[in-house]
Amino acid sequence: MTRNQRTAGLFAGIAVAMLALAFASVPLYRAFCQVTGLNGTVQRGADAPGATGQKVAVAFDTNISPKLRWRFEPEQRREHIDVGARDMVFFTAQNLTDRPLTGTATFNVTPARVGKYFRKIECFCFTQQTLAAREKVRMPVIFYVDPQLYNDPDTNDVREITLSYTFYPVDSQGGTS
Amino acid sequence: MTDTAITPSAFEAHGAHDHAHEADHKPGFFARWFMSTNHKDIGTLYLIFAIIAGIIGGAISGLMRAELAEPGIQYLPYWASMIHGKENLDQALHFWNVLITAHGLIMVFFMVMPAMIGGFGNWFVPIMIGAPDMAFPRMNNISFWLTVAGFCSLMISPFAGPGAGTGWTVYAPLSTYGEPGMSVDFAIFALHLAGAASILGAINFITTIFNMRAPGMTLHKMPLFVWSVLVTAFLLLLALPVLAAAITMLLTDRNFGTTFFDPAGGGDPVLYQHLFWFFGHPEVYIMILPGFGMISQIIATFSKKPVFGYLGMAYAMVAIGVVGFVVWAHHMYTTGLPVNVKMYFTAATMVIAVPTGIKIFSWIATMWGGSISFKTPMVWAIGFIFMFTVGGVTGVVLANGGIDDNLQDTYFVVAHFHYVLSLGAVFSLFAGFYYWFPKMSGKMYSEVLGQLHFWIFFVGVNVLFFPMHFLGAQNMPRRIPDYPDAYSYWNAIATHGYEIMAVGMIIFFINVVWSLAAGKKAPDNPWGEGATTLEWTLSSPPPYHQFETLPQVD
Repeated sequence: MTRNQRTAGLFAGIAVAMLALAFASVPLYRAFCQVTGLNGTVQRGADAPGATGQKVAVAFDTNISPKLRWRFEPEQRREHIDVGARDMVFFTAQNLTDRPLTGTATFNVTPARVGKYFRKIECFCFTQQTLAAREKVRMPVIFYVDPQLYNDPDTNDVREITLSYTFYPVDSQGGTS
Repeated sequence: MTDTAITPSAFEAHGAHDHAHEADHKPGFFARWFMSTNHKDIGTLYLIFAIIAGIIGGAISGLMRAELAEPGIQYLPYWASMIHGKENLDQALHFWNVLITAHGLIMVFFMVMPAMIGGFGNWFVPIMIGAPDMAFPRMNNISFWLTVAGFCSLMISPFAGPGAGTGWTVYAPLSTYGEPGMSVDFAIFALHLAGAASILGAINFITTIFNMRAPGMTLHKMPLFVWSVLVTAFLLLLALPVLAAAITMLLTDRNFGTTFFDPAGGGDPVLYQHLFWFFGHPEVYIMILPGFGMISQIIATFSKKPVFGYLGMAYAMVAIGVVGFVVWAHHMYTTGLPVNVKMYFTAATMVIAVPTGIKIFSWIATMWGGSISFKTPMVWAIGFIFMFTVGGVTGVVLANGGIDDNLQDTYFVVAHFHYVLSLGAVFSLFAGFYYWFPKMSGKMYSEVLGQLHFWIFFVGVNVLFFPMHFLGAQNMPRRIPDYPDAYSYWNAIATHGYEIMAVGMIIFFINVVWSLAAGKKAPDNPWGEGATTLEWTLSSPPPYHQFETLPQVD
């Protein structure tokens, strides 16, 4: 191999490495969001630390893909909760068609910077949901707001958090209308 | 340039030798221009290609300025009906998006890049380092024809569907499920081809510059234009594969049901923006760095002084290239970034003003006390410094995350990037074109027409783009064909600016045609003692194969 071919091979390798890195960024980006709460990615939690006496308003927002013929709503649109305390809210979903449909929900919170302090213990969004024809279900979410929220200078001005869900059909189940 | 004390006598002998028996067996017309492996011929092809693409892209901006001259929709339905048959307002509005997309893609990928890197880079990098040709002449040919194929794909796009109306950024989800039909696929394929061409070209330049310098031509003696192309080649090599990956993911999202950027399948559209701008920000330096290099050569030549602070100038470009990779999210301030992230990107972006300032002040210091002759290339170069500084200052304004919340997607942004590109990059292209025209063609251009071109173009583009700052400060959004009456005054003036600029361009084309047909024969070095780089030691035009014996640089 000539000197020129070696040099070209080296730099072609770098170009291929950048290409691979760009594709690798897809899982890396997801992991990064989950770890840091970037883009309002909420965290998993186990046990709530207990109420600190502070309050925060939490609003619940529901959306549904036009491709999924469900009705999907929160039972209450907004509530004041104790920071640090475990809280349970319910959402209602109903299949509007005459055949079973499977959906899965994506979720995040705004302001996005609150993501790392919003901890879910249990959520219907962790798994796929299948509703039989015309079936109506109540689905719980158990969560707490980490008291660190009010110790972080970036978030201590937050008085209201919006938790948002969007349900999408799961294609493999033939869920698209 | 620099202190590269070259002894012209050492190879005037070769020049004479080359003249003596025209040793160059030039191949026949088809083999020479369609199967070319000669770096000068490929450079010429790139320049011709860039001029053709520039005419098309410039004509599209003329259509846009005509529509924007007055509030209301004037011409769009008629233009859209010429492609799609009957008139339909939705189609007409979509056609507007097609125009802005085509203008952006053509000017970035098929005008500025081919002209700067493919054209002047191919022509002068090998000569300036004393090499006989590029390292891989056939790969060079492939690069050019891939670029042409990419341009053809982009030209097919509006006829293969409703037209690609995504903007040059091709953001998801608009580009994934907002734009049915084959048009966006053709546009993406055009970027693939142009990107592959540029990556091959970058490898070629890096290999040439690293391995094929003449004896004595150390890295720290290389002319600054060669330095600028070297840094640009590295930016291309590192940034373009990321674009290739991002648009490949768009393509599979569009056609094969993947969900890289679709939340329904766990994807995130914001990821596309990260990937795009990781490429996109280095891309803006790819478009301007070779211009920096040309301006350095020209300022030094016409001030009859070596450039001030040679090493600082070279490493300022390296610094701009390196920092350019870690500022991408300043294009994404309104995507919900955390405050700390915005603070980082604001600070990092402003840091770029430091090496850029080094360059601006070094150019001024080069002129300071110099014996300046205001030939056409020099007035373009000084015009470049002025325009690029204006664009750089508005860039520092936009770098602020807080201010950008208000100004993003307004005409202020349009004004900013046209000052650095349409005025910065394009002024440097014209400066380089006039500077090297005698060398490339062997004919002198008309000094009167060149000066006239400069002054008319200078007035035209300022009348065209300066009012956009006012429109942007009043929050006129970009990418719209219609606007409230309040914005009509400065829009009308901007359109008149386009008309003035167009007159300047007509003078340019007259100058080119006249000079090629009837220009005086150019001497080997028309610029006198200030022109110290190797190309001026060769004949004008240079022999078909130069430096068969390598020159010795002390």
